[in-house]
Amino acid sequence: MVRKDLLDLASLSREETEEILEQAKPLKEVFQRSVKKFPALKGKTVLMLFYEPSTRTLSSFEVAAKRMGADVTVFDVPSSSVVKGESVRDTVDTLQAMQADYIVVRHQMPGLPGRIAKMTKASVISAGDGAHAHPTQGLLDAFTLREVYPTEEGKRVLIAGDIRHSRVARSTSTVLKKLGYEVAYLGPGSLVPEVPGIARFTNFEEAWQWKPDVFYMLRVQKERQGCQFFPSVSEYHKLYGITEDRFRRISEEGLWVMHPGPVNRGVELCDAAMDYERCLINQQVENGIAVRMAVLYLLKQGEE
Amino acid sequence: MQISKRANGFGSCGYWGRQLRTGEMAILLNEEEIAEAVDRLADQIMASGEGPVCIVGIRSRGDEVAERVCNRLAETDRELQYGVLDISLYRDDLEHLKQNPKLQSSEISFPMDGAHVILVDDVLFTGRTIRAALDALTDYGRPQKVELAVLIDRGWRELPIEPTYVGKVLETKRLDRVVVNLQGTDGEDSVILESND
Repeated sequence: MVRKDLLDLASLSREETEEILEQAKPLKEVFQRSVKKFPALKGKTVLMLFYEPSTRTLSSFEVAAKRMGADVTVFDVPSSSVVKGESVRDTVDTLQAMQADYIVVRHQMPGLPGRIAKMTKASVISAGDGAHAHPTQGLLDAFTLREVYPTEEGKRVLIAGDIRHSRVARSTSTVLKKLGYEVAYLGPGSLVPEVPGIARFTNFEEAWQWKPDVFYMLRVQKERQGCQFFPSVSEYHKLYGITEDRFRRISEEGLWVMHPGPVNRGVELCDAAMDYERCLINQQVENGIAVRMAVLYLLKQGEE
Repeated sequence: MQISKRANGFGSCGYWGRQLRTGEMAILLNEEEIAEAVDRLADQIMASGEGPVCIVGIRSRGDEVAERVCNRLAETDRELQYGVLDISLYRDDLEHLKQNPKLQSSEISFPMDGAHVILVDDVLFTGRTIRAALDALTDYGRPQKVELAVLIDRGWRELPIEPTYVGKVLETKRLDRVVVNLQGTDGEDSVILESND
């Protein structure tokens, strides 16, 4: 793979996608060693430019970069520059002057990481931009599914929740389709877009008929409450969540459960589903580090 | 491309029966001679002492040499462990590569603390691979002792690293390429020199 940036998954070829997943495997093995660190990025600087708060993605990138020997600085924007009215361009110039080799960007504006990538010779990685993309999330989900289903032939993944506003749904379904999984969406009618090649369900009973192997539950964004999308949290749980009843069936049939975290207990998943041995949330977290390491390893900064 | 059968004067060190021109190739070792070099390595290791030893091959091809040495040593009653090391993450030239090398798994299933390790590689040249391997190895623990066995020592060290056991010493020029082919990796056993003078 010869690439400077990772901005989305749609522009990655299947070969490039496979390469990242393949390279994440030996990197994950390093976690078992007594020293979980190696010098592949020694002397490199990774700057985390987060315009939106995110503890999980930020710490995952941070752990990944530090295990590879890089120096990591978190550029906490909301509390500093935005307040001062500094433009993105100025911020990027500042990061350039700090000799950043990688800039990991999260921003609510779709496409902003791509704009930044054009301004700098540093490698830019999107850590989520609006509803556009969250490429490393999609890759870690694909990696996690590969661990349970080494061959994806005919395996079915049902993604449930607010699909329309979810970059996780977009990135994860993009990569899963590219790798040959079958994907379906489930959610309230107004929040489930029609996408060619993706089955669309608005109630759970229909979705069962489709015989999913994996239930991928999206996080309910509490801040969108009151936008009349969901009447209430308990209503959401009843309609689109994994309730005790649905969980019984899932565990009887040995199906898998995924969630990008953090879970709203009792909303997307009931407590029992959280403790289920085929609930992959913790593997997703661990694999997120491995996949982000693979991305850092494979990207090459631009020429001077 | 010409491949000249190696000229006379090919002894334990050096193939220069006559000078090769740039781009010319010569077969330095055939299958039989590679087997002899492996035997020599195994004999030296056997003669070096007793006690359990961990043979660790460096990917790629060092692992295959290590496997062959292990097979020879298995005929004795010396206690053996086998491991494989991928050193890509420890290379000192990643910065300068257009594309990073493909990572492969390392397989170290024995406790490194207190182990007597013999690192095995196909060709010893600048010594940089071995430097990287030492760093990779010690991230698994603190071995009691590390030795180095190489199928071929072609000279031109850039670091103060010397082998403990050598299958064959070859005299080369700095810019020559020594290509080792092994059955398991390349489908045949041969050592070829490409002159680049």
